[in-house]
Amino acid sequence: MSKINIAVKHLTRVEGHGNIVFNVKDGTIEKIQWQVSEAPRMFESFLRGRPYHQMSHITSRICGICSIGHALCSLKATEAAMGIEVSEQTVLLRKLALHGENMQSHILHVGYLVAPDLFRVGSVFPMIETHTDTVLKIIKLHRLANEMSDLMCGRTTHPITLIPGGFTAIPSEKQLRNLKQKLIDIIPICDDVIQTVLDNIHMLPDFSRETEYIALTTDDEYALYDGVIGSTDTGRHPIEEYESIVNEFVVPHSTAKFTRHARESYMVGALARFNLNSDQLTPLAKKCAKKFGLKAVNYNPFMNNVAQLIEYYHSVEDSITLIDKLLERGLKKKDNTKYKVRGGRGIGAVEVPRGILFHDYTYNDQGICTKANLVIPTNQNHNNITKDMEIFAPMLLDKSEKEIELNLEMLVRAYDPCISCSTHYLKVEFKR
Amino acid sequence: MKPKVAFFDFAGCEGCQLQIANLEEDVLKLIDIVEIVSFREIMKEHSDEYDIAVIEGSIMRPMDEERLKKIRKNAKILVALGACACIGSVQRMLNQWPIEESKKIVYNNFKETKNNPYFDNFSTKAVDEVVKVDAYVPGCPIDRNEFARVLVALVQGKKPPIPDYPLCVECKKKENVCLFELGKFCMGPITRAGCDAICPTHGNECEGCRGFISHPEERAYTEVLEKYGLSVEEILQRKTMFTYRYVEKTKKEAKKDE
Repeated sequence: MSKINIAVKHLTRVEGHGNIVFNVKDGTIEKIQWQVSEAPRMFESFLRGRPYHQMSHITSRICGICSIGHALCSLKATEAAMGIEVSEQTVLLRKLALHGENMQSHILHVGYLVAPDLFRVGSVFPMIETHTDTVLKIIKLHRLANEMSDLMCGRTTHPITLIPGGFTAIPSEKQLRNLKQKLIDIIPICDDVIQTVLDNIHMLPDFSRETEYIALTTDDEYALYDGVIGSTDTGRHPIEEYESIVNEFVVPHSTAKFTRHARESYMVGALARFNLNSDQLTPLAKKCAKKFGLKAVNYNPFMNNVAQLIEYYHSVEDSITLIDKLLERGLKKKDNTKYKVRGGRGIGAVEVPRGILFHDYTYNDQGICTKANLVIPTNQNHNNITKDMEIFAPMLLDKSEKEIELNLEMLVRAYDPCISCSTHYLKVEFKR
Repeated sequence: MKPKVAFFDFAGCEGCQLQIANLEEDVLKLIDIVEIVSFREIMKEHSDEYDIAVIEGSIMRPMDEERLKKIRKNAKILVALGACACIGSVQRMLNQWPIEESKKIVYNNFKETKNNPYFDNFSTKAVDEVVKVDAYVPGCPIDRNEFARVLVALVQGKKPPIPDYPLCVECKKKENVCLFELGKFCMGPITRAGCDAICPTHGNECEGCRGFISHPEERAYTEVLEKYGLSVEEILQRKTMFTYRYVEKTKKEAKKDE
């Protein structure tokens, strides 16, 4: 095989627009690139001048899949800037909302976007014929997650009820009890889907590359809503130091805002969380990890898909615990924190499905945003994807072009990239 | 033969496509009446032969404009999906400044953004500012059932059922207490209905994501807002969030009158 030219334009079954370019001549790789061609929307520019109460509603529009995570991170930044401390009930309800989104996003990714790779088909549609039972079960897992987001936020995408200081509306105790029952009932269905994935797990490439993993971490729980910055290389760091952790930088001859911390690249997302905090997973999640033989620290990026399934269990089980706590306490209708609008800077950090997310706002005394900085998980992963590709691609040279293309696509897809989120645009090379 | 439908995404969050994926079992019913030939977010297959093109996202660069024009040529019917495609959504707020200013803020004036088609942003445009649009599904995000209704109407050759009366009609039907009475503010009086007043029903103000009705009583509405103590600046803050398109239009008309 003397010449291979692969150009995957607008990679499918990912959110947002990305291209893979891979050129080989006489067994030598001339070019391997992961490009992102998404149109820049420049949120950080138009957030200037926005009043504090619009911020979470505007920034949720960064991403249709993780809109709840963006809204929560935004609220945490605003609340930090204005010294607003929310009630325990608000925190418990927000955690439920975040679990709903985590479940929705993870099962969408593994069930609808990755599963077709395991069965070597182009989309979930042919699977409706060939794997009817599995598809219907995946739909059930996905629908429950959506119902949960609906209940907590007023709708599945772009939350309505989440506001600074609390909620505009909360579910009733009866609705929470119903949700709890549905969560209990979903566990055996989840077991079946896991079994199907387990039976086909050999279709995921066996590839490892040692890297750094970064995620929120805390002594209290498996960190999602709150925590400090944790790194598998350097330990713990306060949220306020996020800029020196992400180190956004520009590569020569590229506009890419890459990130880098202790080594040449790092990874965020479900696998990073698992690698840092797996001891704190719920029992069912740990059982699932055992089934797949996944142990921290695992350096195979494809295992991010498995970590997402493990987290689905965790979110189901932890949600049941959260609902029990809420019911035990009794729901207060009026529980929002009263506050005075004031100026200042606030930083929020939340683990969203694709990894650690930062929102950093500065407000004037009227509560008008004067400066915003957003660091999105997918952007933190682009550099790691590129480094993986540089090692992974040479290992594929003896395969057919079609197989090479599929393997490279699967690698990018394993990161579950959400390119629409990329407020900082990334590009690897120019074609003039 | 079933009509062929293709989905295309431009600048946006892809949340509207997600609403279609969220039809869950109903997606299965949908593929009974149409054949989906392209849907990048969830399938690898792609075909340039389609009857109905569904466009998500706003148009922000010449390269996107060219792509959209090609799609228009291929399609018999073109549908604008969601607020980004219908009115420009939140990223239309960028039009408040010269684009170079925004680039400077976000990209710190990196020289690589110059003469590069990927960065060649112009003002944020809605789809119908570039090509002819046959049907609209408004909202941020779209209402998944409304999308299904529009698609069924198009397949049957009927006019899609999009309301042209204000949100207040639906809000009253829901027996919600008017948010103005609760000391809050709301874009409901001038915003197109069809979402079942979902935000006011959940205690939050309507932000106008579905765009204005054809003949909004803007002056009367502004008077109401002033009566309830909103400053001119605060009113503008609300009108610029999702509906800057209408602010731009008013500005243009005022210029013409001068």
